Amino acid sequence: MRGRVLAVDDRTAIVRCADVDVRVPDAPAAWQPGDLVDGDAVVRAFGAPYPPPGSEVARLPRARVEAIRARAAALTKVRAFFAERGFLEVETPLVVPSPGLEIHLDAVPAGDGYLITSPEYAMKRLLAAGFDKIVQVCKCFRANEHGPHHAGEFTMIEWYRAYADIEAIAADTEQLVHTVCGDHARVGERRISVVPPWQRISVRDAMQRWAGITVRGDEPAAELVAEIRRAGIAVAGDLAWDDAFFTAWLARVEPEIAALDHAILVEDWPVPLAALAREKPGDPATALRFEAYIGGLELANAFDELVDADVQRARFEAEQVARAERGRPVYPIDDKLLAALAEGLPPSSGIALGFDRLAMLATGVATIGEVLTFTTAER
Amino acid sequence: MYDTSDIRKGLKVLMDGNPYNVIEFQFVKPGKGAAFTRTKFKNLLTGAVVERNIRSGEKLEPANVETKDMQFLYKEGDGLVFMDQTSYEQVTIAQDLIGDAHDLMKDNMPCTVVFFNERPVDITLPTFVFLEVTASEPGVAGNTAAGNVTKAATVETGATVQVPLFIKVGETIKIDTRSHEYVERVNK
Repeated sequence: MRGRVLAVDDRTAIVRCADVDVRVPDAPAAWQPGDLVDGDAVVRAFGAPYPPPGSEVARLPRARVEAIRARAAALTKVRAFFAERGFLEVETPLVVPSPGLEIHLDAVPAGDGYLITSPEYAMKRLLAAGFDKIVQVCKCFRANEHGPHHAGEFTMIEWYRAYADIEAIAADTEQLVHTVCGDHARVGERRISVVPPWQRISVRDAMQRWAGITVRGDEPAAELVAEIRRAGIAVAGDLAWDDAFFTAWLARVEPEIAALDHAILVEDWPVPLAALAREKPGDPATALRFEAYIGGLELANAFDELVDADVQRARFEAEQVARAERGRPVYPIDDKLLAALAEGLPPSSGIALGFDRLAMLATGVATIGEVLTFTTAER
Repeated sequence: MYDTSDIRKGLKVLMDGNPYNVIEFQFVKPGKGAAFTRTKFKNLLTGAVVERNIRSGEKLEPANVETKDMQFLYKEGDGLVFMDQTSYEQVTIAQDLIGDAHDLMKDNMPCTVVFFNERPVDITLPTFVFLEVTASEPGVAGNTAAGNVTKAATVETGATVQVPLFIKVGETIKIDTRSHEYVERVNK
């Protein structure tokens, strides 16, 4: 049997002998890719088969294989967690006519509609239909999102509780992360405490403490820009309220949150960042929303859900206008969701949690691609 | 103009009148917020590093920066004379520009010179140079307390580097121009 040299790296050669590829350490210096050599001798001397072509997973580095196993173990714990608490696992369509209208999310067109950016509209219709504790683990898709913490196709855990406020969701989140990660989440060599209860801070306090910026929530954008400049942060004058806010947030607040050695819930978001959240009773400039941050990863976003169909329609219409103004695709309003709200959605709270990021925190890897079986580039 | 999708390592941009080189960048997107590219820029004139979050949609101005392969010819006072390997034009550049690496420069060494508005602002030497040792004390018991058994050696270009005790005059050594440190002995 003849063997053919496939590759030579330094002095290690890979030789294909019949149907196995064999790794030959300290190969003769003269060997070049393409050379024909004595395959029988190679198999006799170095017979441990190197992963054959086509078996892509087997070619993954060992650390990646371990991360994928840890991811699967985490998913098993997640499902058990919700089953123990009486949640019903549901599946809703991935292709929909009306993806989320959120201004900074772009959907991927698919067939006669779009791939979902999150399953929230359909899950709210299930709440209106009478299901009171529901969870879904599904793929979501977002155009133009690729980075160490972002994959265009990723896995979301989304759950809702009817007749419950956002505090019940906060407790679920703390316990779920603690169940999956143990007392400490891992970020590289760092150990981040996730033992409940987690520290809380309001958005306004965080901006005040770490950026020296006073945010009200009902001020005009130009006023916020002036306040941000007073704090010494370069920001363009013509920015929208949310863009100005996040410029300051990323420059000063987010790095401080990332450096904490414990998990934190950032709550009480100003109303321009409310999205689908209800206003706080007695405080119309604040929305009942929190974000969970662990070691620099933004893990989850929760709302006390907006249940008023008229207010929801007004927000959708404003978002359509804002999308058009910023030159982004304008998606149709989900009339079936509005009809469900009009018929009566019970007071409800819900959350979307990035499962890939939870897997990152369980394993300590630095990039989202390390907990995916195949990254976008590897598809 | 560049936008955030053009950002990559080595991109040269102009900010507040200064040329900057992108040295690091990362996609970030706060929940419910716009996408930003967290970018580290190095000022090509001062070397200072700044971090800025560039919002998706924001524009960056290209800097009039040109990178040329040039050959180092010889020293002339405090100046270094280079030749453009394409046009054969010669330019003299103040040696301050490359800091203390100037004493590792050997005649005919290929370098990369960065020009901003036609003014040289940065010189990159080959990562490693091979230089002959011209003077060094014979090996004596050095400072072994710290585990560093080294002695000083002077090389043909005049630079002094710390080398292991076994290095002798006349031998050629490999030096890392970034750290100014001995790497290994080269058998010739």
